[in-house]
Amino acid sequence: MAISFTVNDTPVSVEAEGDTPLLWVLREDLALTGTKFGCGVAACGACSVHVDGKLVRSCSLPVSDAAGKAITTIEGLKSADGTLHAVQQAWIAAQVPQCGYCQSGQIMAATALIKAVGRPSEAQIDAAMTNLCRCGTYPRIRKAILAATGQAADSTEPLAPAREGAA
Amino acid sequence: MADNPTPHLDEATAETPQKPKKKGVKRRAFLVGSALLAGGGAFGLYWAENSTRSRAKALTETDGAHNFLTWMKIAEDDTVTVYSPHIDFGQGTHTALGQMLADELDADWAKVVVEQAPADSAFANTALVKGFMAELSGMPGVVNALPAAVIGMLTRSQNLQITGGSSAVRFTGQAGMRVVGAAVRLALIEEAAARMKVPASELVAANSTITHPATNRSLRYGELAQGAAKRSLTSSPKLKDPKDFKLIGAGLPRFDIPSKVDGSAIYGIDFTLPDMRVATIAAAPVRGGKLVSVDEAPAMAIKGVEQVVKLDDAVIVVAKGYWQAAKGLAALSPEFSDGGHAGMSTAAIYAAQDELRTSAKPSNTAGSGDVDAAFKAAGNKLITANYRVPFLHHAMMEPFAITGHFKDGKLHLWGGLQDPLGARDRAAKAAGLKMDDVVFHPMIMGGGFGRRFPGVTEILDQIALLAKQLPFPVKLIWSREEEVRHGTYRPQSSAALSAVLGADGKIAAWRSDYVQGDNAEAEAGFIYDVPATLRRHFEYTSNQIDGPWRSVNSTQIGFYNESFMDELAAAAGEDPYRFRRKHLPAGSRYVAVLDEVAARAAWDSALPDGHGRGIAIVESFGTIVAEVVEVMMLPDGRPKVLKAFAVVDCGTVVNPLNAEAQIAGGLIMGLSAAMGEAITLEKGAVVESNFTDYPLITLADAPAEVDVHFINSGAKMGGIGEPGVPPASPALGNAIAAASGKRIRTLPIMAQITA
Repeated sequence: MAISFTVNDTPVSVEAEGDTPLLWVLREDLALTGTKFGCGVAACGACSVHVDGKLVRSCSLPVSDAAGKAITTIEGLKSADGTLHAVQQAWIAAQVPQCGYCQSGQIMAATALIKAVGRPSEAQIDAAMTNLCRCGTYPRIRKAILAATGQAADSTEPLAPAREGAA
Repeated sequence: MADNPTPHLDEATAETPQKPKKKGVKRRAFLVGSALLAGGGAFGLYWAENSTRSRAKALTETDGAHNFLTWMKIAEDDTVTVYSPHIDFGQGTHTALGQMLADELDADWAKVVVEQAPADSAFANTALVKGFMAELSGMPGVVNALPAAVIGMLTRSQNLQITGGSSAVRFTGQAGMRVVGAAVRLALIEEAAARMKVPASELVAANSTITHPATNRSLRYGELAQGAAKRSLTSSPKLKDPKDFKLIGAGLPRFDIPSKVDGSAIYGIDFTLPDMRVATIAAAPVRGGKLVSVDEAPAMAIKGVEQVVKLDDAVIVVAKGYWQAAKGLAALSPEFSDGGHAGMSTAAIYAAQDELRTSAKPSNTAGSGDVDAAFKAAGNKLITANYRVPFLHHAMMEPFAITGHFKDGKLHLWGGLQDPLGARDRAAKAAGLKMDDVVFHPMIMGGGFGRRFPGVTEILDQIALLAKQLPFPVKLIWSREEEVRHGTYRPQSSAALSAVLGADGKIAAWRSDYVQGDNAEAEAGFIYDVPATLRRHFEYTSNQIDGPWRSVNSTQIGFYNESFMDELAAAAGEDPYRFRRKHLPAGSRYVAVLDEVAARAAWDSALPDGHGRGIAIVESFGTIVAEVVEVMMLPDGRPKVLKAFAVVDCGTVVNPLNAEAQIAGGLIMGLSAAMGEAITLEKGAVVESNFTDYPLITLADAPAEVDVHFINSGAKMGGIGEPGVPPASPALGNAIAAASGKRIRTLPIMAQITA
């Protein structure tokens, strides 16, 4: 069946079985390979994208449910003139990625969080950033989110009481 | 030209007992230049037996493949291209190796690029062979060997492009990159001296330019390269004094990061070719089992499925895309045999290990002094404890994915593995081809941690067999379930430790009896001053394949020794930090590392009730790391890690920004494993299937910050990718004991809390 939606502001129409996860349509039909396959069961977040502005794990969203929606992938975060999103810039400044495989999903999760709450607290970062990273880049992810929202450096006291409730 | 570019690693060290009998074969390393490159020069270091030299000669004469022996080239526009024989999977190797070569070369960093060396034996990593051989032959201090699989590769061939053993910077960088950079710099100066007709001693090299200050003339490296490449290169150039380093020691940004934040980096799983099909696989659930039968019809009925391929021990579905292949595979009901391993289980393995340890003779022993006498001596206090650790999955975030295309007698492969040359070798054997007929195209890896060594990479056999029978390219992707259930795990291992404390409160004798596949002695030694020690290895293997898992045997040996040190400190009524300290040589690097971490963690400061600190120190891969973890016990019994500190002596830090990330990441991986990770077996098969039942630590549960500090002792350079892992699990266990009184002797911790 033909399914239409927009990806990174471009209208697309794909021929796919309706149960095909959006992830595989993005990767194999639309050649947007920045969105990664990690687990297939929405447990790791490597496949995170925005659907109508909301964070979604695309490995578990049937493409039929994306019909008529606006999808943003990692490739679509930068502005039209090629300037990277502030979060992407913060990621480079903090030298976050190691192997890098999970980082598209991490950045999509971070941008969704910031869009939702503005300046996330430590507890909000803990609660929202549930994507897995095997390289252990979490401290730099936290640092980059704080820096991107103007809460840099001296606010990284690891014992902030606000975090304990979220544990 | 002289034969030995690495005077501190003399040739004799290459002949070790581990090497096969090839007496009389003289291996030599050469530094050479080549001016065949249009508009520039290429320079290299290669390891030569006669056959290799013939091959090199043939390559140059036939097709002008001047790059065959290069480690670097300089183009007319001054661009310096460094070829790395190591894969960069996020550990920052490419940037660090570039820094080491460029520093000695006095190159302009803005014009340095680092590329992956092609998977050709002409790019085999000679410095690595020498480094490992030197280490294996017994360097002072703890010798850090490698897993048996890697040693096997080392000893049967010089065709090495391994990324592992935390080896890139300390061996390839020290013995290769720096030497090449320094020698080429000298050749460039000689060329400039000849052109300017002035003595070389009057010239100054900096920022890829050679200047004659007296006459204010200068020549760029790009202008000099072609001439310099025709010059004889010295193989033993004087290397820089560390005080003159400009790039080594600088926290330069990594080359690969921008492509990893905008989605443009192409990993093995992202690679695609026209007409390519996608396949996925289910291997026998019990390792060692075979495919008995499968009805292909249910898969063929799925839209997009094109073919079902049977292997000896697996079934593969080939389709238009991954989803169709996965659906096709799910529709099948293959019957597999259990290979006679149905009795294998986690409990049965521990029971067999306990039995072996108490009733059998050890396979290997090490240590010194009279342990038996000390154990029998009157007045000594005996302490014993048994420890257990489970199989661990590597959980690289990118599941295995390799694309293969068999065309015109050649098998092309695209994917990410930790030894491209070894990958060609294994795929060639599986497909019944000559190694020359297998071309491997290295891709970026989404994690590795030891899982991507060809010796433990059965996907190479699978893709070779699959691609050879298909007329089109095919990408074989493992599902996460396949990844979790068919790992080559860190082995399930157990140990019985015992020691006696003398009247002076010091350890009089120490005995460790551990059961697992590998003899860990060469890799994870014993750092404490104890008059009598005995370490006994009892060899045991299950139906699983033991694989190297980041920091290899040092994870479990570190957990055993450092947990037990805390138990001994408690028995002696002493503070764990001071108890360790008095068993380490006064004034040693160990003491300096331990003191520093205690100071940074404010070890003696008071903590609230329910909080505790744990300390551990482990030397691995030539690097000493001490870590302190501070925890708070939550009402439900779980520990919450609040703070973590690491102090590291790896001799010299090449890129502190990146080294910090490696140590912090290693510490977090160690915490993750200790908290919740375990692969368990029932009826010979793996129980866990995905991240839902193999939980990795999350951001919320990781320490918000890891305080990492380096001591630049100037000692022989150690590794950085792995040594952050081993102290983490004992430091965590010791912190829990301090906070709650509950001693952790079995991992993972969460299994005991939720059970």
